[in-house]
Amino acid sequence: MFRDRRKLIPWYFALPGLLWLLVFFLLPLVNQVGVSVMSGDPEAGYDLTWSFSNYSDAIDQYWPQIERSLVYAFAATVIDLAIAFPLAYFIAFKAGRWKGFLLLMVVLPFFMSQVLRTVSWQLILTDNGWVVSQLKGIGIVGDEGRVLATSWAVIGGIAYNYLPFMVLPLYASLDRLDRRLIEAATDLYASRPTAFRKVTIPLATPGIFAGSLLCFIPATGDFVNAALLGSSKQYMIGNVIQTNFLTVLDYPTAAALSFFLIGLILVGISIYSALLGTKNLTEVAG
Amino acid sequence: MSSAAVTTPGIASATGEIRFDAVTKRYGEVTVIDDLSLTIEPGTFYALLGPSGCGKTTTLRMVGGFELPTEGNIYLDGADVSHLPPNKRDVNTVFQSYALFPHLTVLKNVMFGLERRGVGKAEVQRRATEALDAVELGHLAERKPTALSGGQQQRVALARALVNRPHALLLDEPLGALDLRLRRQLQVEIKRVHAEVGITFVHVTHDQEEAMTMADVIAVMNRGRIEQAGSARDLYDTPQTAFVANFLGQSNLIDATVTGTDGEWTVVQTHDGVKLKAPTDRVAATTGKLAVGVRPEKVWIWDRIEEADAGERENKLTARVTSSAFLGVSMEYRVETAAGDELIVTVQNNRRNASPPYANGTEVELSWAPEHTFVVAVGADV
Repeated sequence: MFRDRRKLIPWYFALPGLLWLLVFFLLPLVNQVGVSVMSGDPEAGYDLTWSFSNYSDAIDQYWPQIERSLVYAFAATVIDLAIAFPLAYFIAFKAGRWKGFLLLMVVLPFFMSQVLRTVSWQLILTDNGWVVSQLKGIGIVGDEGRVLATSWAVIGGIAYNYLPFMVLPLYASLDRLDRRLIEAATDLYASRPTAFRKVTIPLATPGIFAGSLLCFIPATGDFVNAALLGSSKQYMIGNVIQTNFLTVLDYPTAAALSFFLIGLILVGISIYSALLGTKNLTEVAG
Repeated sequence: MSSAAVTTPGIASATGEIRFDAVTKRYGEVTVIDDLSLTIEPGTFYALLGPSGCGKTTTLRMVGGFELPTEGNIYLDGADVSHLPPNKRDVNTVFQSYALFPHLTVLKNVMFGLERRGVGKAEVQRRATEALDAVELGHLAERKPTALSGGQQQRVALARALVNRPHALLLDEPLGALDLRLRRQLQVEIKRVHAEVGITFVHVTHDQEEAMTMADVIAVMNRGRIEQAGSARDLYDTPQTAFVANFLGQSNLIDATVTGTDGEWTVVQTHDGVKLKAPTDRVAATTGKLAVGVRPEKVWIWDRIEEADAGERENKLTARVTSSAFLGVSMEYRVETAAGDELIVTVQNNRRNASPPYANGTEVELSWAPEHTFVVAVGADV
């Protein structure tokens, strides 16, 4: 009896968290699963009719936005990886006593709301602004061209907003990399580039994995960047869901799209982790 | 370990002559290695021994190419390697705590060096497997290093380095992380591997016993310089400096001056005027700050009452016992001489009817054979 009670203690510790998950995650989730198979219209209200065709209809109707979301999120993640790896490498290996300061610089944008930060980019890239006129001057942008309302502006905005999510996990895995392993590689006849390829990169894989997921997942569902830096031609699935929930009030379509997105991302992660070999990852981490 | 796999049929004679020519290493204003010149003969098991911060690891890392000398040159088998990167040097290192690649299997770790040198795939596989078998770890080839015990990891590190058939093997405190029992076992094993492969081993350690067990030549380092290099027996019997006398075993040192010499024997006078004799060939210096010394186990300790029949003994001092400790094989007495010097005397517990130990406060006479006396230079730090 006494022993059983002792076994319960860890569950007591977990209780607040479990309750939180139940109330704010599981219940809304189940509720929205229900909503996603309802039918009706905004005036008359919606009834649970198990109309699974909501899913196929929504996917058919909004396939361009779904595709665009994946492409934009993928492009932004690749750009972030390209920027964040050298940056994290520099902070972890070369920054010395500036480490703390530079890490603060990386997370500093978080001190401001994402919407405000994106609005600032809107101002920077505005059609009559300095940046655009300079770009026109050197011929990158045509005379009638603009930067806003292009895929580049939206992808750039997403890449900018999620960069810290890539830098921090990469930094964490590079920072704890034992420098003697790189020395050992060069001792065993590896040139610096080979040592980087054969030792540094594989050991940074947990960081690459975590960073890519932290960028890609929220980027896929992002709607702020497309709304502020793009036009309806750049709308992503997040914009569609938002409009259907808040403007059109077509709750079933919005919910169905949300769950489709969740499913898509879960499948994507499984493939990704299979490719990178998460078993190896956890072994390296441990 | 069987010799077949680790030894190289191609290498008949010993290789791995390492020469430092006036090497200095500075980090900013701090001089870590100060005008170091040394030659390590091919095939030697050479230990760099010293306290932390003495420059022994930096010396080793300059051979490996992980640090470059600020001044001077380093030669490996006659070729100037001073500024070559590590991957261009025919030496391999067993790192402190091994530095095995955690993302690769044990076998892949051992294959790493051979793969980089463009050895054929089948050949790489065969030699790596042989090397693992040689350290009796063939059955663990597909494990990750983290799944191995410390001693096993040490053996993998050894196989990973030796499989490349380097001209010299560098060992950076390779046994530091292991417990005493395993350390003793691996000391013997590494020594045996050295005899089998016949290349130069350079071994960095702060453990004097380890250095004495394994090395042919021990270089005692202090403050970026080699104080003295020689066999364990040389260093123990005829230390040149007070630092060596104290770092390798225990020594009783008394400040003294040389007062005269008659060929074979040199007479020294301690700071309070006692005259002692030392063999002239064991007098490392005759000028500057000197100390006369004797090892604790060479000193006889006598009860003052027995003094009557001790007329012939030379090199006598009077003292008083301040403390004693029973160490099993021996008794260790700490005594204070009339002049206030603290000395140590160890007495083997091998007498048939061992007399009861001397109590604290007992007035005793110390004496030792003059041939066991040595004179050393006293440096800035003892």
